[in-house]
Amino acid sequence: MTREIAVVAFAQTDHRRTSDELSEVEMLMPVLHEVLDRTGLKTSDIGFTCSGSSDYLAGRAFSFTLALDGVGAWPPISESHVEMDGAWALYEAWTKLLTGDADTALVYAYGKSSPGSVRDVLTRQLDPYYVAPLWPDSVALAALQAQALIDAGYTDEPALAAVAARSRADAQANSHAQLRGSVPHGDYVVHPLRTGDCPPIGDGAAAVILAAGERARELCERPAWIRGIDHRIEAHSLGVRELTDSPSTRLAAEKAGVFERPVDTAELHAPFTSQEVVLRNALQLDDDVHVNPSGGALAANPIMAAGLIRIGEAAARIHRGESDRALAHATSGPCLQQNLVAVLEGEPRHVQ
Amino acid sequence: MSSEPVAVVGIGQTKHVAARRDVSMAGLVREAAQRALTDAELTWADIDAVVIGKAPDFFEGVMMPELYLADALGAVGKPMLRVHTAGSVGGSTALVATNLVRSRVHATVLTLAYEKQSESNAMWGLSLPIPFQQPLLAGAGGFFAPHVRAYMRRSGAPDTVGSLVAYKDRRNALKNPYAHLHEHDITLEKVQASPMLWDPIRYSETCPSSDGAVAMVLTDRAGAARSPRPPAWLHGGAMRSEPTLFAGKDAVSPKAGQDCAADVYRQAGIADPRRDIDAVEMYVPFSWYEPMWLENLGFAAEGEGWKLTEAGVTELDGDLPVNMSGGVLSTNPIGASGMIRFAEAALQVRGLAGEHQVDGARRVLGHAYGGGSQFFSMWLVGSEPPTS
Repeated sequence: MTREIAVVAFAQTDHRRTSDELSEVEMLMPVLHEVLDRTGLKTSDIGFTCSGSSDYLAGRAFSFTLALDGVGAWPPISESHVEMDGAWALYEAWTKLLTGDADTALVYAYGKSSPGSVRDVLTRQLDPYYVAPLWPDSVALAALQAQALIDAGYTDEPALAAVAARSRADAQANSHAQLRGSVPHGDYVVHPLRTGDCPPIGDGAAAVILAAGERARELCERPAWIRGIDHRIEAHSLGVRELTDSPSTRLAAEKAGVFERPVDTAELHAPFTSQEVVLRNALQLDDDVHVNPSGGALAANPIMAAGLIRIGEAAARIHRGESDRALAHATSGPCLQQNLVAVLEGEPRHVQ
Repeated sequence: MSSEPVAVVGIGQTKHVAARRDVSMAGLVREAAQRALTDAELTWADIDAVVIGKAPDFFEGVMMPELYLADALGAVGKPMLRVHTAGSVGGSTALVATNLVRSRVHATVLTLAYEKQSESNAMWGLSLPIPFQQPLLAGAGGFFAPHVRAYMRRSGAPDTVGSLVAYKDRRNALKNPYAHLHEHDITLEKVQASPMLWDPIRYSETCPSSDGAVAMVLTDRAGAARSPRPPAWLHGGAMRSEPTLFAGKDAVSPKAGQDCAADVYRQAGIADPRRDIDAVEMYVPFSWYEPMWLENLGFAAEGEGWKLTEAGVTELDGDLPVNMSGGVLSTNPIGASGMIRFAEAALQVRGLAGEHQVDGARRVLGHAYGGGSQFFSMWLVGSEPPTS
């Protein structure tokens, strides 16, 4: 009864510290062309379009309206937008395809963090009456979480350094990554987090094409079937949350069917090394699961696109035959407040 | 494959006012959501997911406020989506929520839209300039006035039509306890004597700045069967978008609006909207958009919309009532305005619209638009379940 839906194409920019010479639309356009070229589809062939971005990064209301001009929405298209990471735009598109209204969907996301101070900008996400006026920044909040983990005995600074080193080493094979190869662990940014424990600040965009059933098989040799996808949110106030755990991730994973069979790959949206510790625990990932082969958000973290990129990277590994069952995760909000989990599978290769 | 039928079983609004200084944003949205649950006789535990929408984050100065509002909306441990499609967002948000039910991902969904304009200044929020791109010209009125002029020139409409719309909508608002503007001493002469703001748009032909929220409980067929009051059934819903700026755009009657309406009518089996639809809640932030949208939505031929308005067809007791609630001209919490249109359409077919109820309203259209007349979302709801 339920329609089968797959990721059939993925494209992303090279993520960079600054892209002053490009508007958001100019940054996005090559990615849209690339993802359409991969399937041979044109804008007018797409049944539904959905995007994720944030006005606050652009410093301007309705910033997404101009990105739509880049899509080429003429004749008019069926289209929507979430003011969230593109992973949630993909979720909206997935439900749209499930209704049977459309057979294909274009999902894109972009963010330019370079024009402002992203640590300051993200404070505007906090409770506007009691917390935001104090301007606690995103690294400071992550450091609270990291210290709580260390105090509880879940990790220590050398273990966090190892996460950073592994991510940067894996990113060497990812030509899109902003930071590649070994980097010094660095000085403390906010104790106990050092430079290497924190994500780079950068600009970037990503796009995915979804297709249902037979259409997916026509468009892609080995579609990455979405076997389950779910997302959950937690309370906003850090004072009422257990920061060393992520119940929303665990619940989303359970609903998405993660625990039914082991996964071989996990692309986790963990901008801080300490958050990978929390997510590994919540997702019950064994040591033999290949975590963040792309280098993850520690190698490139274009805000609003980084979650969608996790789904795209997991799907691309299935497309290439490097994974049979992959988990993709996206997060939003301070200290992993909101989490999305998807399970992607390729068809058994002996069938092909 | 057929999708699950969707029913509206709960509706809640706040009393819209210029400034709700007695509540936080969380308090405001909680009030509307609680009223929707009360209407549906459900509790927070009955809600599977929350879909929230509002216009730009800059209007209150809170980035991605769904994160902060999760607790207030009982969303902790649940999925929560945040939609943003400019002025059409209230309608789009409701449609995203319907898709969660239609796709059978969830059985019962709370959808809500709000704006607390008193926390900030929408005119400023709309007017942040960025290099090399056309600014929106000092708020929305400056952007839309030239398109109204173009409509008047093309249609030959007399310049009195706009004031008729404003006079009607403000009188309708007097019958709606939740409407922001209750101008008990309103007269047509007062509307016509009000100051000219963006020629040809006068002060009394523009929408107010409101604080307010609206919420709906959407559910599947089984949920509707348990509903204590009559449900409104979704017969059709669609969104369409076109580019903001390009040479082929018709800003008076955008193709995206025409296509969106056509899609809704196709889904709902509407052959002749003028005959088959009983009433319309239409997004009219400036009075002249009533005749313009009457044409865009297919209720009148091109150039003829103003004749319906002038003949009183769109009055509350007319043949095709438009904006029975008082509309956006009387209440404008921007991010909520589209969903209020959708919710008021549902109230009408449920027979629960009180003093502004249209007798025998069985099929009612809710309409929203946004951006530079480039984003459209609409739904058609009925008193009976859809047959197909």
